[in-house]
Amino acid sequence: MKDTTLRINGEERKLSADTRTTLLDALRNHLGLTGSKKGCDHGQCGACTVMVNGRRINSCLTLACMHDGDEITTVEGLGEPGNLSPLQAAFVKHDGFQCGYCTPGQICSATAMLEEIKDNWPSNVSGSLTGEAKLTPEEISERMSGNLCRCAAYPNIVDAIREAAEASS
Amino acid sequence: MKAFDYQRPETIAEAIKAASKPGASYYAGGTNLLDLMKVGVRTPDSLIDITRLDDLKRIEPQKDGSLRIGALVRNSDLARNVDILSDYPAIAEALLSGASGQLRNSATVGGNLMQQPRCAYFYDPHSACNLHEVGEGCDALEGENGKHAVLGWTKTCIAVHPSDFCVPLAAMGARVVVDGPDGSREISIDEFYTLPGSVQPPGSALKQGEIITAIILPSDAKRFAPRARYIKLRDRTSYAFAIVSAAAMLHIGDGRIKDARIALGGVAANPWRAREAEDTLNGAEANEASFKKAADAALADAKPSGDNAHKIELARRILVRALKAAADGTPPKMPDLPGSVFAVGKEAR
Repeated sequence: MKDTTLRINGEERKLSADTRTTLLDALRNHLGLTGSKKGCDHGQCGACTVMVNGRRINSCLTLACMHDGDEITTVEGLGEPGNLSPLQAAFVKHDGFQCGYCTPGQICSATAMLEEIKDNWPSNVSGSLTGEAKLTPEEISERMSGNLCRCAAYPNIVDAIREAAEASS
Repeated sequence: MKAFDYQRPETIAEAIKAASKPGASYYAGGTNLLDLMKVGVRTPDSLIDITRLDDLKRIEPQKDGSLRIGALVRNSDLARNVDILSDYPAIAEALLSGASGQLRNSATVGGNLMQQPRCAYFYDPHSACNLHEVGEGCDALEGENGKHAVLGWTKTCIAVHPSDFCVPLAAMGARVVVDGPDGSREISIDEFYTLPGSVQPPGSALKQGEIITAIILPSDAKRFAPRARYIKLRDRTSYAFAIVSAAAMLHIGDGRIKDARIALGGVAANPWRAREAEDTLNGAEANEASFKKAADAALADAKPSGDNAHKIELARRILVRALKAAADGTPPKMPDLPGSVFAVGKEAR
C-alpha cells in the first residue's frame, strides 16, 4: 500500500492504494470519479485520457502512486450539467458521439490538444515543422488519432472541435 | 499483475543503487513496461520510478557540436525542440509519426530505446517465445507473422523492433550514454541492439542497475539536415506501428552524393542500418536509378520469415521514396501521410 496525494480538478484528494493501482483505477474505483472510462486498458483507445499537469495522457498506462502532488484534470473538472465547457457544449450540439463511452476521453484529449496547437506543437501532417500550427480537419484527425470511437462519430467530433476552437480564438 | 515494491529516488546515484538489486527495473513513461506487466510478461520485484530525476530532462548542445538529449525528455518535447527541428529534422518526423498525442506526452527518449517487440506471441506469456525464456521456441514461426522480420532474423526470433525514433538514430550513428554501478560509459546505437540469433531483447546491452542517462546526436550528422527524411508505411493513416519505414539522409555537393545514411524500420530486430546501400550511393548521382540500386543493395539479403514476403518489396519502395524525398530537400512543409485519404484535395472537406 502506498499513500499518495493528488490534486484532482482543483481539490486535494488522498489515496491509499496498492502500488499496482493505475491512475485510471484510482479515479474510478477509489475516488468515485467514473467519468474517465476504461476501454482497452492498454493505451490503445484513449477512453481513459485525462490531463496531468495540463498534458493529456492515458491514465490506464500510468501508476497512481507516481503522481504524488500532480494536478489531474478529468472530464468532471471541465464542466458540469448547466455549465458545460465550450467543447462539451459543442459535442452536444454537433452530436459528437453515439454511445458516448469514448466521449470523456475525446473531450479531455481535445481540450489539451487545442492548447498544444496554441503552443505551436507540430504534427505529422503540419504544413511546417516550425510554422504556425493550424486547425484544419486533417490536423484534428491526426492529433486526435489516439482516441478511437467505435460508433465512428468522427466527422461530428471534428466539427465539434473545430467550432469550439474557433469560438475560443 | 505481480506485486512490486515501489521506490522514487531523488538522485541518479540512489536510483542506480536501488536498481542494482536483481529483479529491480527502472520505470519512466511506463507506456510499454506497465503494459507488459499487465499481461504478465514482465514481473519486476521492484520498480524504480526515475521520473523525478530532473537532471535527465534537459536537451543540451555540447561544445563539440553534438546534441545531448536527456533520457527523460518526453517524445512530444523532443519533437518540437528548436535544435532538433533545425539540425536533425528526421528525428522530429520520426517522433511525430509514432504513437498518439497522449503516448508521446508520456513516453521518454530512454524508454523508446528500451521498447520491446510487439510480436503477439511475445506479448502472450502462454505462447512459446525465446524472449520469455531461451529454449521455449517461437510460436510466431508458424503463427500470425505478416508483420515480422525480413532481415537479420533466425528461427530463434523473427520479431521486429517497433520504434520509429530509433531508425534515424541508427542512420546517424547516435550514441547511448549509460551510468551504472561501475560508472558511466557510451554505447553506439549499433552495439545497443543485438540481433535475435543471440536471443537478447532490447536493453540486453545494459547490465543490472545501468541506466540510460542520455542520447548523443553526433555533430557530423547536422550536414544532412537540408536533406534528411523519415517515411513510414502503416496499415492506417495514423497511430500504428510501421509495416516498413526508412530514414534517408543525403549530403550532396557538385551534383554528386558525398555521403549517405540509411536505416530501415519494421524489418529487423533492430533499427537496420543499411551500410551496403550507403556505399552504393557514395559518389553516385542523386537520381532514381541510384536510389533503386541502393534499395536493391539494402534488401539483397532479405528473406521472408513467414507470410511477409511483401514487406521486402515494400521496404525497397519506401527506401526509394525516402531517398527521393531527401534528395528533394527537407521541406519546410511536412509530407502528407503515405496513403492518406487527406493526401488529395486537402481542403475539400
